Amino acid sequence: MKVIYVDNNATTQVAPEVLEEMLPYFNEFYGNPSSMHTFGGMVEHKIVEARERLAGLLGASPEEIIINSCGTESDSTAIRAAILSNPDKKHILTSRVEHPAVKNLFEYLSKNGYRVTFVPVDRKGRLDLDYLYKNLSEDTAIVSIMWANNESGVIFPIEEIGGVLKEKEIVFHTDAVQAVGKIPIDLKNVDVDMFSLSGHKFHGPKGVGALYVRKGTKYSPFLIGGHQEKGRRGGTENVASIIGLGKASELAAANLSDESIRVKRLRDKLETELLNRIPNSIVNGDIENRLPNTTSIAFEYVEGEAILLMMDEYGICASSGSACTSGSLEPSHVLRAMGVPFTAAHGSIRFSLSIYNTEEEIDFIIEKLPPIIERLRELSPFWKKAQ
Amino acid sequence: MWEYTKTVKDHFLNPRNVGVIENADGVGEVGSLACGDALTLYFKLDENKQIKDAKFQTFGCASAIASSSALTEMIKGLTLEEAEKITNDKIAEFLGGLPKQKMHCSVLGRDALEKAITNYRGEAEKKVEGKIVCECFGVTDLEIKRAVTENSLNSIEDVTNYVKAGGGCESCHENIQEIIDSTLGREIKAKKKVIRLTNIQKIKLIEETLEREIKPALKKDGGNIELVDVDGNNVLVKLHGTCATCSASQITLKHYVESKLRELVAPELLVEEVQQ
Repeated sequence: MKVIYVDNNATTQVAPEVLEEMLPYFNEFYGNPSSMHTFGGMVEHKIVEARERLAGLLGASPEEIIINSCGTESDSTAIRAAILSNPDKKHILTSRVEHPAVKNLFEYLSKNGYRVTFVPVDRKGRLDLDYLYKNLSEDTAIVSIMWANNESGVIFPIEEIGGVLKEKEIVFHTDAVQAVGKIPIDLKNVDVDMFSLSGHKFHGPKGVGALYVRKGTKYSPFLIGGHQEKGRRGGTENVASIIGLGKASELAAANLSDESIRVKRLRDKLETELLNRIPNSIVNGDIENRLPNTTSIAFEYVEGEAILLMMDEYGICASSGSACTSGSLEPSHVLRAMGVPFTAAHGSIRFSLSIYNTEEEIDFIIEKLPPIIERLRELSPFWKKAQ
Repeated sequence: MWEYTKTVKDHFLNPRNVGVIENADGVGEVGSLACGDALTLYFKLDENKQIKDAKFQTFGCASAIASSSALTEMIKGLTLEEAEKITNDKIAEFLGGLPKQKMHCSVLGRDALEKAITNYRGEAEKKVEGKIVCECFGVTDLEIKRAVTENSLNSIEDVTNYVKAGGGCESCHENIQEIIDSTLGREIKAKKKVIRLTNIQKIKLIEETLEREIKPALKKDGGNIELVDVDGNNVLVKLHGTCATCSASQITLKHYVESKLRELVAPELLVEEVQQ
């Protein structure tokens, strides 16, 4: 069965060009970039190149990039670094809709001596900026706000927040894992101090990520060891994956306009057609300010896991904000923070596209999904009553 | 991804007996939209008082739909006395097993069946007995007790898997643990007595704890700690030796000292490091 993959906010296919560039560095050029011999030195050159490519994608300088293992490591490192460099400040601030990589660390810190503010969002998933600004104080050690939300796709006004925080001299970190490769980013023009990304969200391999640390930002390493990454992150480099991350960055830079035009058009077609064909379906999130590849649609009176499994029968891969798929019993914290009612939250499906999706695939989903929803609604005791 | 058996998949993709029975003899409605699953069960009896027909409507995940479908197949041809003996375990067994986290779907089926039988007998619907323990999912202590007894549940996680209690805000976890312990005849741990320390007692206890518990541990790694002051609940300390220069160990160290002091002296203490 052909797989129709529209779950690209979970992970993406490694681009063929990326894989090709990685492969020789497993068994042919397997030297250690720290070695003195030429064999290792040439690997070092490829890492330098990868760092430059990634810096190019972000509008950063190569020395501002610390390569590590994943988005979670970047988030943890950034937040802990800010806390360590501001030992007197006991307040930290984030949003209610962060990825667990940030959310759970903040919750942990709240039990360990920190006062934490979680900034709410409105029904469309937009950040309450007044609330954010009102809660800043001289005691604030760090503000961490994601660039774009993984479930709704809603983009937060990072530039504006960055401007305010710069004036107040508060450290600003953003988890940009979902934004990189999907929307243009130029860190020369945005006041963020630290910025997390992950390779596998934009057609790089899993197990590699990076943290951008603006020049002059106080930093302390999370992994202490060798001199790798200038002592800012010890540990022998994950060479092949770093090279893959570099290639993926180069491709992302080249594909950005395609992402925003072709992928967005396919996403819009999918969304519009599903809304037209399926009554009682609603988009979750602010459609004005959203990643071009993401749509989260609530199908009322049916349950998400049942939808996913019926789509799975056709090879369609998406994800759901429903309780039953998360291993917990409550719908996603993002949808709850947005105040999506239970009738809709349990039946919310996220479709996230990539440049590899085709028009035929989108047409296939548009054809197969409406009967699935209809069937599940016939099973549901609430559907007839709601009519 | 959940590991569902072939039977679960079959009953999910091809559910038997979907629908409504007009003029049903018994109807049982359980669950709600908010909870994420709900089931309405209908049955009709024949002249021998055996279940002639059963139908269901379910809102929920694959295993909720499969459990409902299985239940209707299981009860057909049974007398109500026989049907009453169907436990949630039997439903899961019929399906070749359910993932642990999904056992509550089989409990949903059993509950709907009980309600439908009560409805037929014209008995007043059993009032919500006991007291609500889990506010998020409206689960009572009696329901938890029953699930623990019938399924030999051992942990809070088990209870959540079977009756959902504790799966929301988690604030009832302590109460659930007490119910498990008392149902299984375990001795309930005596709650720690909250003793209010005077300032002098507090400082003395902090000093003692530092000397006895914390310093020896730090010294092993070439470090040391000195108590500078105690200001309310803030414990000001100075770090010496290796600990002072190693920035990475700061967080761990602070947490170590703080958690030890919180455990052994008072839970509201905050440790602060004073610069040299």
